[in-house]
Amino acid sequence: MRKLARFLKPYKLQVILGPMFKLIEAIFELIVPLVMADMIDVGVAQHDVSYIWQRGGLLVLLGVVGLASSLTCQTMASRASQGVGTDLRREVFHHINTLSWKELDRFGTPTLITRMTSDINQMQTAVAMLIRLVVRAPFLVIGAVIMAMRIDLTLSLVFLAIVPLVALVLYLVMSKSVPFFKTIQKKTDRVSLITRENLSGARVVRAFRKQEAEQERFDEACDDLARNTIHIGKLNAVLAPFSFLILNLGIVVILWFGGVRVNAGSMTQGEVVAFVNYMNQILLALVVVANLVVVFTKAAASAARINEVFDTKPSVEDGSEALVKDVAGAPRISFRNVSFNYYEGAAEALKNIDFDVTTGESVGIIGGTGSSKSTLVQLIPRLYDANKGTVLVDGVDVKDYPLWQLHQKIGMVPQGNLLFSGTIRENLQWRMPGATDEQLWAALETAQAAEFVRQLPLGLNAPVSQGGANFSGGQKQRLTIARALVGHPEILILDDSSSALDYATDAALQRAIHHMKPMPTVIIVSQRVSTVKRCDRILVMDEGEIVGDGKHDALLKDCTTYQEICYSQMSMQEAQA
Amino acid sequence: MKNSEVFKRLMRFVKPYSGYLLLALVCAIIYVVMSLLCPVLIGNAVDQIIGKDQVDFASIGHTAVLLLIVIAVGAVFQWIMSMCTNTVSYKTVSDLRVNVFSKLIRVPLRFIDTTAHGNIINRVVSDVDAVSDGLLQGFTQLFTGVVTIIGTLGFMISIHPLIALVVVALTPVSMIIATLIARGTHKTFIKQSQIQGELGGHVEEMVAGQKLVKLFGHEKESEEKLGEINDRLYTWGYKAQIYPAFTNPLTRFVNGLVYAAVGIAGALAAVNGSMTVGQLSCFLSYANQYTKPFNEVTGIMAQLQTAMASARRLMELMDEPTEKECEHPKKVPDRAVIAFEDVSFQYVPERPLIEHFNLTVQPGQRIAVVGPTGCGKTTLINLLMRFYDVTEGKITLGGVDVRDMTRDDLRAHFGMVLQDTWLTQATVAENIAYGKPGATREEIIAAATAAHADGFIRRLADGYDTVLTEQGDNLSQGQKQLLCIARVMLMDPPMLILDEATSNIDTRTELNVQRAFAAMVKGRTSFVVAHRLSTIKESDVILVMRDGHVIEQGNHEELLAKGGFYKQLYESQFAHIE
Repeated sequence: MRKLARFLKPYKLQVILGPMFKLIEAIFELIVPLVMADMIDVGVAQHDVSYIWQRGGLLVLLGVVGLASSLTCQTMASRASQGVGTDLRREVFHHINTLSWKELDRFGTPTLITRMTSDINQMQTAVAMLIRLVVRAPFLVIGAVIMAMRIDLTLSLVFLAIVPLVALVLYLVMSKSVPFFKTIQKKTDRVSLITRENLSGARVVRAFRKQEAEQERFDEACDDLARNTIHIGKLNAVLAPFSFLILNLGIVVILWFGGVRVNAGSMTQGEVVAFVNYMNQILLALVVVANLVVVFTKAAASAARINEVFDTKPSVEDGSEALVKDVAGAPRISFRNVSFNYYEGAAEALKNIDFDVTTGESVGIIGGTGSSKSTLVQLIPRLYDANKGTVLVDGVDVKDYPLWQLHQKIGMVPQGNLLFSGTIRENLQWRMPGATDEQLWAALETAQAAEFVRQLPLGLNAPVSQGGANFSGGQKQRLTIARALVGHPEILILDDSSSALDYATDAALQRAIHHMKPMPTVIIVSQRVSTVKRCDRILVMDEGEIVGDGKHDALLKDCTTYQEICYSQMSMQEAQA
Repeated sequence: MKNSEVFKRLMRFVKPYSGYLLLALVCAIIYVVMSLLCPVLIGNAVDQIIGKDQVDFASIGHTAVLLLIVIAVGAVFQWIMSMCTNTVSYKTVSDLRVNVFSKLIRVPLRFIDTTAHGNIINRVVSDVDAVSDGLLQGFTQLFTGVVTIIGTLGFMISIHPLIALVVVALTPVSMIIATLIARGTHKTFIKQSQIQGELGGHVEEMVAGQKLVKLFGHEKESEEKLGEINDRLYTWGYKAQIYPAFTNPLTRFVNGLVYAAVGIAGALAAVNGSMTVGQLSCFLSYANQYTKPFNEVTGIMAQLQTAMASARRLMELMDEPTEKECEHPKKVPDRAVIAFEDVSFQYVPERPLIEHFNLTVQPGQRIAVVGPTGCGKTTLINLLMRFYDVTEGKITLGGVDVRDMTRDDLRAHFGMVLQDTWLTQATVAENIAYGKPGATREEIIAAATAAHADGFIRRLADGYDTVLTEQGDNLSQGQKQLLCIARVMLMDPPMLILDEATSNIDTRTELNVQRAFAAMVKGRTSFVVAHRLSTIKESDVILVMRDGHVIEQGNHEELLAKGGFYKQLYESQFAHIE
């Protein structure tokens, strides 16, 4: 929580003055019973009507000033809390943007979204509470005790006994129930997990006729959740009656000993009434304190989650500010003895990778799942950094490039076919913000997407819904390929990018890429032999190592892994055709 | 649906616990009356404390004992009341959830396919919570509030009708202020939540696509957009926060006025002797208690409205029609002829997909479905498994229309492996035994061995007892697929549906799995949806689909000889890069 305090800095004025104004209101609230006591002791006792009116007027005045200061405080609380929320959102989002793939993998998307939205909202509430109530509630408790002490020191001992007692009850209940919030969150997560499973797996559940069993499973999770919520409810149910009991007991004690004091002449009737009023004020204030504890417990958890994001430093940063010059005559891409693992202690995903790709060459990379084909190509645009060895593009270590310059050279189509909401044009302009329609159409032609885009009533202006949900898998894939081609990259990386394309389209796509002028250096990752078969060169990967490097026919003769892959996908004649 | 109807239906869920609810109401009345008696008693006691040597300790003692009893009774009933409302609210919540869920597993797949899952999960989790928070607790608050208002009013009138009138006349002012503000804020609230939604949408989209944002260096654009939405959120969030924030000070100010008015009027009344000081002190605390429910009423109304909106969404979900079973289901032998007779099907009326499709499949035949993506291959599976029903014509199994069988009975005939490998959060063994819960460990291991999954399972941390994480993240895609195959192997069904099942399997094990499949397919009727032509070549019938239509039908040689789309597809695999 303390680390996030810097976000309060711009709102210093509000954070300091806000509670002050609230304090003024609280002080007035405390004076009210005193004025009332005066009214009774002087006005009523001496039958002084004008005094009563005068004191009454004072009460109204106290109310007006109290209102003014509390409105000021509320305004400041709103300014500061909304401001902190806005700043936090901007900063957290910016920080997420600096993180590289490695850190993003570690967090995962859903939790980052929660942190950006509900966790920040939680902080916003906490800031508002901080300004509005943190000073006020304890002040009312302490103030009431002090005022009581001022009236009659001996009798105020009752307060000194009662307040800690109520506080203790509060503490006991809270300390028991706060840890339970976590348990309940877990049980709720389970309920939503089972719901989610049954939606995503509706076909399997029904195919296996498991509806009844799933219902039972859900019922159990629900029961479990209900049991826990009822338990916490039982704990909290004690709170209100206990405070009610203790405080009213205090009032009984006040009445008795107040009677003794009045009888002795050291206290007045009005002062006894004031004592009772203060006792009631304390009850109300303590209820607020209990709520505050809950809000701040939640906010502390949120703050920790937000801090976790801030504390994560990006592992990939710009190599230099200045433009880097290509080394003449160097191969387009070189891997020099590269090893990589995803996190410390993990098995090596890539082991001693060493190869060159010359300009204009097309290279296919094939291998089974888990053979780290994708990992290998992701090192080229520095989505991850190698642990050992160097990756060079045009003779320069990728770590020495300003990232934007490196990304400018590369057009990449990662797995997943993700498009963003907006229009087709907006999506295609991602690589090159000012790209002309001509350039976009050229990319669409190559990507075999021009035909269907042309058929859309709005063409390039056709809307794309989130994730590209309004296009079929094949259409999305072709659009993501087109997106990578805009601006004619020097290096084109296709990571399993034709999986949703039928063979004919896949072949047409490859032909079109080979007709691009100048032809980019192409790296194609695939599980399909037919996709990589026609490349100038094929790298065969197995468990993080390159086990074959050559043309289709040669590999079919010498490389057993390649043979296995081929024969699992096509018949003998097809493979040799 | 009218609000009253939503409420009535909701009350049906509360009904089993109406005993608790009734008890809670009785307790609330007793508790409120007791808490209202306190000021009277305290006032009485104060009246015995007049001045020096004017204190009647006997009466104070008497009152104090009475007060103790009242407090104790009040506390006990308050406690019972919260226990009851807790029980009612959480048990109702649980019942609501179970009910909604039982709906979910019975709605047609069309509903699940066309509704955003996040939306449905929200209903099961958040909406149900909102109903419990708002409706049940809101109502208890409303109820105690009403009892308090009536009670305090009664007590006040009994003490001094004239001053009571002052209180009654002044309190509506705070309500008017609160309603005026509420009306003003309504618009800002809507605007705020709309911008919040926009911001959430942008964050969700960009964070989900963060890897691409990095790759394309799109950070600046994305941050600019966020900044723009964020600024708007600040403006409207501030407005939406500030107006309601004014409500509380304002109503408290009105209460302060009421307090002052009662004080003045009471003191004047005390001067002319129509009221005692004790009565005044008691009156003052009543005036305080009387105004409180009025202050809270706006908050409660807002909560109730949210809850009603949530309840309505729940009712709408519960109103979704469920799949109906035929009245007199017929049984069918295991090995039977499957026939599509003049079948037409469409997901949406304006886009016909399958039209007048005919196919007869003899027991043991192997049917391959091929075609480009999005051509409707999975539609056939949907129809075969009755995830969807045909629009026209009929599908028969052993001459019986599948609609004349129970869905469970029909599905028991099929083993299915889909391309998205769905596993549940349970152990590996439980996942394999998903379709046959009573299976022994030996049977499970045998099935896993047949699916060539035994090897990797034994290498897992806890072997067959390894618990899979939600999405099966601790397994590779290929391994998940193997588990799905093992799951079907254990079921040993007479017919099979394989949807591009082998396309994700590690090339190493793929050969073995194909052998296992070949063994499984032998003697069984099977439908295979796949890209791989080599496996399709051995099929008895190949259905070539394009744009939802079956455009060609026949075996490999026949189709090649025909020189149509299949030939084109087949040859494109060998198209040379010029």
